[in-house]
Amino acid sequence: MVFLNIIRVLSKSIREYMKPTLLTPLFVIGEVIFEALIPYMIAMLVNEIKAGCGTDRILHYAWILVVMSLVSLLFGYLAGVTCAQASCGFAKNLRHDVFYRIQEFSFSNIDRFSSASLVTRLTTDIQNIQMAFMMIIRTAIRAPLNLVMSFAMAYYMGGSMALIFLVVIPILGIGLYAVARVTMPLFRAGFPKYDAMNESVEENIKGIRVVKSFVREDYESDKFHTASENIRRIFTKAERILALNGPLMQMCMYSVMVFVLTVGSRLIITTNGEAIDIGQFSTLLTYSFQILSSLMMLSMIFVMITFSAESAGRVKEVLLEKSTITNPENPDHDIEDGSIDFEDVSFSYSENADRPVLEHINLHIRSGETIGIIGGTGSSKSSLVQLIPRLYDVTGGSVKVGGKDVRSYDLEALRDSVAMVLQKNVLFSGTIAENIRWGNKNASDEEVKAVCRMACADEFIDQMPDGYQTMIEQGGTNVSGGQKQRLCIARALLKKPKILILDDSTSAVDTRTDAKIRQEMRNYIPSTTKIIIAQRTSSVEDADRIIVLDNGKIDAIGTSEELLRSNEIYREVYFSQHHQEREEESPIALQEAAA
Amino acid sequence: MSQNKTLKYSKGTVKRLLKMIYDFFPRLLPLIVVLILINAVISAMPSVFMQKVIAVIQDAWENHLSWEEAKPRIYSNVGVLVGLYICSLIAGFAFNQLMAILTQGTLARLRDTMFRHMESLPIAYFDRHKRGDIMSYYTNDVDAMRQMISQSFPQLLVSLISITTILCIMMYYSIWMGLVIVLGSMVSVIITRVVGGKSAYYFMAQQKYVAAAEGVVEEMINGGKVIKVFNHEEEAEEAFDAANEELFQAAYNANRYSNTLMPILNNVSYLIYVLVAVTGGLLIEHNVTNVSFSGLPISIAVVVPFLGMSRQFAGMIQQISPQINSIVMGLAGAERIFAMLDEEPETDNGYVTLVHATEKNGVLEETDERTELYAWKHPHQADGTITYAKVRGDIRFFDVDFAYVPGKTILHNITLYGKPGQKIAFVGATGAGKTTITNLINRFYDLEDGKIRYDDININKIKKSALRKSLGIILQETVLFTGTVMENIRYGRLDATDEECIAAAKLAGADSFIRHLPQGYQTMLDGDGSNLSQGQCQLLAIARAAVADPPVMIMDEATSSIDTRTEQIVQRGMDALMAGRTVFVIAHRLSTVKNSNVILVLDHGRVIERGTHDELIAKKGQYYQLYTGAFELE
Repeated sequence: MVFLNIIRVLSKSIREYMKPTLLTPLFVIGEVIFEALIPYMIAMLVNEIKAGCGTDRILHYAWILVVMSLVSLLFGYLAGVTCAQASCGFAKNLRHDVFYRIQEFSFSNIDRFSSASLVTRLTTDIQNIQMAFMMIIRTAIRAPLNLVMSFAMAYYMGGSMALIFLVVIPILGIGLYAVARVTMPLFRAGFPKYDAMNESVEENIKGIRVVKSFVREDYESDKFHTASENIRRIFTKAERILALNGPLMQMCMYSVMVFVLTVGSRLIITTNGEAIDIGQFSTLLTYSFQILSSLMMLSMIFVMITFSAESAGRVKEVLLEKSTITNPENPDHDIEDGSIDFEDVSFSYSENADRPVLEHINLHIRSGETIGIIGGTGSSKSSLVQLIPRLYDVTGGSVKVGGKDVRSYDLEALRDSVAMVLQKNVLFSGTIAENIRWGNKNASDEEVKAVCRMACADEFIDQMPDGYQTMIEQGGTNVSGGQKQRLCIARALLKKPKILILDDSTSAVDTRTDAKIRQEMRNYIPSTTKIIIAQRTSSVEDADRIIVLDNGKIDAIGTSEELLRSNEIYREVYFSQHHQEREEESPIALQEAAA
Repeated sequence: MSQNKTLKYSKGTVKRLLKMIYDFFPRLLPLIVVLILINAVISAMPSVFMQKVIAVIQDAWENHLSWEEAKPRIYSNVGVLVGLYICSLIAGFAFNQLMAILTQGTLARLRDTMFRHMESLPIAYFDRHKRGDIMSYYTNDVDAMRQMISQSFPQLLVSLISITTILCIMMYYSIWMGLVIVLGSMVSVIITRVVGGKSAYYFMAQQKYVAAAEGVVEEMINGGKVIKVFNHEEEAEEAFDAANEELFQAAYNANRYSNTLMPILNNVSYLIYVLVAVTGGLLIEHNVTNVSFSGLPISIAVVVPFLGMSRQFAGMIQQISPQINSIVMGLAGAERIFAMLDEEPETDNGYVTLVHATEKNGVLEETDERTELYAWKHPHQADGTITYAKVRGDIRFFDVDFAYVPGKTILHNITLYGKPGQKIAFVGATGAGKTTITNLINRFYDLEDGKIRYDDININKIKKSALRKSLGIILQETVLFTGTVMENIRYGRLDATDEECIAAAKLAGADSFIRHLPQGYQTMLDGDGSNLSQGQCQLLAIARAAVADPPVMIMDEATSSIDTRTEQIVQRGMDALMAGRTVFVIAHRLSTVKNSNVILVLDHGRVIERGTHDELIAKKGQYYQLYTGAFELE
C-alpha cells in the first residue's frame, strides 16, 4: 500500500502530460493487435504461395499485409512519440515540483535532508523514475498484452497444442523471477560499493598533492585495486546469475519447438492436415517466440520497477515534507524599527535533543545599537542570531523585532528588513554586479558601487579586468576568501536593512580592512541595528555592548572595558589575542586567498 | 554529425580496445570468440533440420503416408535436432558465463590501469583537467564501455556471421531474390542510421543538458540558505525552470527517436517480406530465368525458404540497431579513457635514493633498520662506486626561473639559501608565487632555468620518491582520506606502530580531541573530514607529517578562521613539528613570520626584499609598510 501511496503522490505531477500518458497505452494496444495479426496473415500468404496460386491471390494478401503493417507502424510510431513526451514531461514536472517544494523549505527542513541528498533526489532519482514511467506506460502494457494475444492466436491456430505454453510459461516465469530475486540483493549491495569506489577516486584527485608528497601512489593504487576487485567479484556473481536468463529462455524455446514438431507432425499426418496445416504449424513457432520474449520483458520490468520504487519513495518524501516555517494568516508587513527583544528564549534543533542549544535568553537591543557577540565554538552564537530573521523558530519564549513577535510578520518583509551575512556563505555564478544585486535587483549602478565602497570591496573590483562585470565561477572559486566575504557584506548592505547581522563574516579580512568596514557602517548606516559575531575581540571592541555567550547561555553583557574588568571568558580571549598582537606590534594579519 | 566524426577516428580505438581485452585475457577472449562462432553456426542449423521435418511432413501428407511410415524419418530428424539444441544450450551457457567474467574482469583491470596511471601523472595534468571530467572517465565512460563489451560486440559478431551465412545461402538459391532482400535491408540500414544517428546525437545533447541542469540544481540547493535569507526563491525558480525546460526538450528528442526506431524497423521488415513474396510470385508466373550457384530454376521450393530468410535478415538488423547507440557512446568513452592513458607520466631520471644509515667513526653505512639518520645513496655511473652523504636539510635555489606555460615566466631569478634547521618564510600577495616556489622543491613542477640543490645534490638527480619522502608538507587546505583517524595519521609512514602514531598525535596536540571522538583513534572519517572541525583536520595533518618525521618541512598556513583556542593549539603543534628541521613557511599571519631566519617578500614572482624581521623593519621598505598596515597586499 506504500506503493499505491507513492503513485498517488507522484502522479499529481503528470498534469498537462495526462493526454499523452493515456494515449500511449491506447496506441500500444493498437500496435500489439496488429502485430499479433500479421503473422497470421503471413501464414495465409505462405499457404497461397505453396498452393501455387496466381499473382492475384498473392497480391490480395500482400495488400492486406502492407496496410496492416503500415497501420501497425503508425501506432508504434505514435506510441513511441507520446511515450517520450509523457515520460520526459512527467519528469520535468516532477523536477519542477520537487525544486519548488525545496524553495519553500525552512532551514531545518534543509538540514533534515542535507543538500547532497536533495541534489541526488532531484537528479538521479527522478531520472530513474522517468525510466520506470516510460516502462510502465509502454512496455508494461505491451508485454502482457502481447503475451495474451500471442497465446490466443497460438490457441486459435494450434488448438490443444498451445496448451504446452501453460506448462512452459510457469516454468520460465518462476525461473526468471528466481533469477531476479537472487540478483537484486547483489546489485543492491554492489551499488553502494561502486559509489564508495568512485568517492575514493574523487578523494585522490582532490588530494593528489598529498598522495605525491607522501609518495603514496602505490599504496593508493593497491587500496583502489582492493575496492575494484571487490566490485568485480560482486558484479561478476550477479551477472553470471543474470546470464542464466538467456539459456533458460532458449531451453524453453527449444522444448516448445521439439514438442510442436513431434506432436504437430503426428497431428498433421494423422488428421491429414485438417486439424492444422503446415503454414499454421510454422506460425505457431513464431507465436511461441513472441510469448516467451514477452515473459522476458516482464521480468525486466519487474526488476526496473523494483529498483526505481526506492527512488520514487525518496522523491515522495520531499514532496510530502511540510515546511516548518510558514507565513502567519494575517501577516504584518511593516517593521517599525530595528529593535530586537529576546524574551525567555529557548531553542533546540531537534525535538529529541538532550539539551537545548539556547536556554532562557533575555536580551533587549535598541534600534541602531551595535552589538558584538563573542564565544567559543559551540556556544550557539549563530543559533542565537538565526532566530531573528526566523531562519529557525524558537522552541520556547519569543523573539520580537520592532516590538512584535517575528512570527507575526510576513516572512518576506521580515527577511528584507533583517539582512544576514551567513558564516558559510556562497556566491552564485554570474557577474559581480549580478551577485551584489541579490540584495536589490532594481538597484542602480551607483547604489551597487556605494555598498561595495562601504564593504571595502571596490578597490579589488576596480582592479579586476572586467570590473563589476567580472564573472564569478560557481561556488565563487575565483575570488579569495576575504574578497568573497566583502562581496557578501556588500550584497547584504544593498538591502538597506533595519537590522544587519554579520555572522563571522570578516574572518578572512585583515583587521585593518575589518576596522574600516565597521567605520564605514558607523558613518553611513548609523540607524541600522548591527550585530557582529566574531572570533577576534578587535572586531567587537568598539561595539556599544558585547554579549559573551557560553554553552547556550549569556555569560555577560557589557562594553569591552566592563567585560575586561568583570568577565573571565572575555578576558581570556582578549589577552590571548592581544598578547599575539603585542608581539606583532601591529594589528595586521596578512590575508590570503584560500586557493 | 558527431556520429560520423566518432565513427571516422574510432577504427584505431576499436583495435586498441580489442588488443587491450586480449592482453587482459589472452586465453578467455579467443575461447569466447570460438564459442560465439560455434553458437552462431549451431543456431543456424536447427532451421535446416526443421525444414527437413517439414519436408517429410509435406511429403507424407501429399503421398498419404501413414504416421507409422513417416515416424522414423521424423524422429531421426527430431533426434538430431535435440542433439543440436543441447549443444547450443551448452555453448550458450558457457558463452554467457564466460562473458560475464570477461566483462567485469576487463572493467576491473581497466579501472586499475586507469587509476595507477592517474597516480603517476604530473600535477600539471590535474591543473589542466577539472575534477568532474576525470571522475566521469571512471563513471560514465567505463559504464558506456560495459554495455559495448558485454552486449554490442558479441551481438555484432553473431549478426555478421549469420548475415554472411544467409547471404551465401541466398546466392546458392537465387541471386534475384537475394538482391530483393539485400536492397530491402539497405532501406532498414539507412533508417537505422538516420533515426539511430539522430537518437545518438540527441542522447549526447541530453547528457550536456543533464550536466547543465545538475549544475543549476547543485548551485541552488547548496546555496539554499542564502536564497532564503535574500528572499530569492523566485529568481532561483526561474533559473531552474529554464534549465529544466532545455533538459526536457533534449530528453524528449532523444527518447522520441529511440522509441520509434523499433516499430519502424519491425514493420519495414514485414513490408520487405511482402515484397519478397510478391517478387517470388511474379518471377514464377513470368518464368524469369534464375541466376544462382545451384542452378535451380525458380520454383515454390526456392521462394519459400527466401521468405524465412527475409525474416531472419530483418531480425539481424533489428538486433544490431540498438547496439549502434551503445557502440557510439562506448567508443567515445573508450577514446577519452585512452587519451588519459596516453598522458605522459611524471618523468623521473633521478638515481640518488634515500636510505637509513648508521655512522661509525665518521663512515656512513646503509642499514635496513629505521635509524635516526637518513643518508643520500649516490651511485656514480663513471666508476660504479657508491657514496653516502648525510641528509642535513640544506636547500638552495640558484637563479631559478619557472613557467607553467612555456614563455610565461612566473618566477624570476629566485635565489635563496635554506640552511639546516633554518626557518624561511615567504610573504606576499595572492599570485606572488609563494606556493609555486614550494612546489618546485618537491618537484611537482620542473624548472625552466637555474637549479635547486639539496645537500649539494642537484634535485634532478634525486629520485622523486626519495626527494618527497625527505620533505614533509602541510597544505593550506587539509586533505584527509576515508578511513580511521589512526589510518590517516599512519599515512605519513605506513610501518608506524600504533604507539608511534599516538606519539605523533600528542606532539601535534591532537591526542586530546581524538580521545574524545566516539571511537577514539578508530573513529571513521569521511573523505572530506566533514565530521571534524577545520582546526581538528589541521591537527591531524600535522600529526600525519610528524609521523613521517622528515628532515625538511614545507608549511602552507591555513587561512580559514578557526576559533582562537584551537588556533593556538594548531600553532603549538606546528611549532613542535618545526623544531630542529629546515622549514619553509608560506605565511598569512605576520606573527608566524617574525622569528624566521630569513623572510622573503615576493611580488609578481620576484624576491623584492629579504632579511630577518628586524632588518626588514629597519629597512622601511615593502615589508615595513605591510607590517605597519600602510599597504595592503590584496
